[in-house]
Amino acid sequence: MQVGYFTERPYRWLPEEEILRNRGYFAVSNSFFDREKAANDYHYYLDEYCYAEDLGFDAVALNEHHGNPFCMGSVMNVEASVLAYRTKRVRIVLIGNPLPVIKHPLRMAEELAEIDLISRGRLVTGWVRGAGSEQFFNNANPAYNREMFNEAHDFIVQAWTRPGPWRYEGKHFHYRHVNPWALPYQKPYPPMWIPGVLSPETVQWCAEHRYPYIGLGTQLGPTCDLWDYYADVAAQQGYQAGPENFGYLIPTVLAESEEKAQAIADNFVYGGGQNAFSAPQFTMPPGYNSKGAIRMLAKQQTSAWLGVSGAKITESMEEGDTGAVNYDEVRRKLRAGLQKVEQNLQVIAGTPTTVIPKIKTILSVLRPGVFIMFSIQGPVGNDDRRTSMRLFAEDVMPALKEHAKAIDLPDPFQRKPGSVKLAAGTKRGPVSDRGPLAALGLK
Amino acid sequence: MANFIEETVKAAGAELALVRGGSGKPLLILHDELGYPGWMGWNEKLAQDRTLLIPQQPGYGKTPRIDWIMNYRDLGGFYAQVLREMKLEPIDVIGFSAGGYLAAEMAAADPAIFSRMVLVAPMGIKPAQGEIMDFFAVTVRRHLMATVADPANTPEYTKIYGGQMTPERFESFEDARAETARIGWEPFMHNPSLPHLLRGLKTPTLLVWGTRDGVVPRGCIDGYRAAISGAQVVEIAGAGHRPEIENAAEFDRAVRKFLAA
Repeated sequence: MQVGYFTERPYRWLPEEEILRNRGYFAVSNSFFDREKAANDYHYYLDEYCYAEDLGFDAVALNEHHGNPFCMGSVMNVEASVLAYRTKRVRIVLIGNPLPVIKHPLRMAEELAEIDLISRGRLVTGWVRGAGSEQFFNNANPAYNREMFNEAHDFIVQAWTRPGPWRYEGKHFHYRHVNPWALPYQKPYPPMWIPGVLSPETVQWCAEHRYPYIGLGTQLGPTCDLWDYYADVAAQQGYQAGPENFGYLIPTVLAESEEKAQAIADNFVYGGGQNAFSAPQFTMPPGYNSKGAIRMLAKQQTSAWLGVSGAKITESMEEGDTGAVNYDEVRRKLRAGLQKVEQNLQVIAGTPTTVIPKIKTILSVLRPGVFIMFSIQGPVGNDDRRTSMRLFAEDVMPALKEHAKAIDLPDPFQRKPGSVKLAAGTKRGPVSDRGPLAALGLK
Repeated sequence: MANFIEETVKAAGAELALVRGGSGKPLLILHDELGYPGWMGWNEKLAQDRTLLIPQQPGYGKTPRIDWIMNYRDLGGFYAQVLREMKLEPIDVIGFSAGGYLAAEMAAADPAIFSRMVLVAPMGIKPAQGEIMDFFAVTVRRHLMATVADPANTPEYTKIYGGQMTPERFESFEDARAETARIGWEPFMHNPSLPHLLRGLKTPTLLVWGTRDGVVPRGCIDGYRAAISGAQVVEIAGAGHRPEIENAAEFDRAVRKFLAA
């Protein structure tokens, strides 16, 4: 099992009331942007990723968001390039490049090839469709999001493997001269992992392509449902899905004492946390979600990644209040919500002693070949952030790796995704274990 | 009381859902970006001496989406084929909002297709002043609310859009907005070449606009006036983006007078 370290690289210098007043992070004015603080923090976060390598993480992961102080990775490939040069061992996992949002797959192919070359083959490319707000920021037509995603992906694979020059006239992209002189270090090209929330179409596409699917902190029960769906598609494709096909990322924070850990964990709901990533109208733009996805989302009412949930759909159906906000009341509700989410094991906070059993449970249930720690959000200081990483790496990670070995969780590098053949007519094996959920009173 | 039927017409290679009501000379109604809201008071009045033909736009839930239609110009071309196959041209038309944009595209492509053209708060031309409201950047609820100046005192608005939004209703509005995004995303709800293509159009044209329209600014009306010399303008004082339900009497008077001229 690969263990990775991830942070959104939050902008740590925005007063919470500005986010609460805006009812979300996206669209808070960039008049609050401070160049000195930002410059310091870009340096700090890059140093922090290097520290993750020093601590022994197998991978560092980055993501991309636009126009949103929740994440400073507006151009993730820039940071990935720096890490490609500075780090020596860790895999650089991108979760992921938003293909339909950038709308220039040839440029994407060039950028990623350079990163792979500079890192000498440590890149793991990840493709995402982009959050709803990314469509607005980049003026990407949400109704064509899935089509552009598929077309861009197919084009990049060709750009990396088909000798040029050649011409391409597609539906959404047109290139009269394809002959990139930056080609990936890894052959045929870097591994591709697909982070996602709950969209069945994405899961199906993933399974058909044999790409590992990285669950982003989704509730355990629905995640098992999704894994089952992936495994069913895999079976149709003639292979048995296993840990090498799945990854899981979860907000995790540690401290020397339980009290301190819980206090710091509050920052996962700073400004409303992921649920406040963007207001409803920006979260699900028209045409972005298929009917099937909307119906599936409507079933999951509690917080999911970036606030995409049934609750968000309900919010966008309703009037939307314009009354004055009582911020203390809001904070109280956020804290209560956080406690609930901790009970669901969707946020892990504590000392190594309390954290280890929780993550072991997650590993036992979801059986992922990749586990990624999503570091604390909000205005948390460097020392507390680094302590959390250190406690995880030194005290938690060895226990997790031992457990992963015991219950046999090969990662995608140990066992090629899609390589375990399933004989025609045979029933596929299970890919998750819901047993521990019942014992914990979870669904 | 409401005398209309829903039917399916096989035309232009598609199965087009259509609402037909009334009696008399045919009158084409092109609904707005949120879809056909149902048979209203203004429909009933005009249906007294006209046959209203209201095609349900492909991709809005009744007529299947047509993938080759990628913009309003394409949609206009599709509808033009339908009219020709049904032998309906030249026909009078009332186009609402994005339906007005659509009608203008059709007239620009084929000046003979409409005998008379009414554009109600039409999109399609970028206003020199003001902006067409970016309705994609608000929730469905806020979008609907923005379409009338005084929702609480517009009975037909409350009847159709007020109260609890059911998941089915929400889905049908999302269908409409999704298809509108697909064909109208950028340039947003206008085509820079449309004013140029309308030059010299001789089709008698009436532009109707509510003075409190929060979706389409007066600048769009000015744009159409500049493009179509001879176009008449009727402002409906105090109405928002839906004068046909916000002041049905004034709307009927203005449209009836124009169509009878």
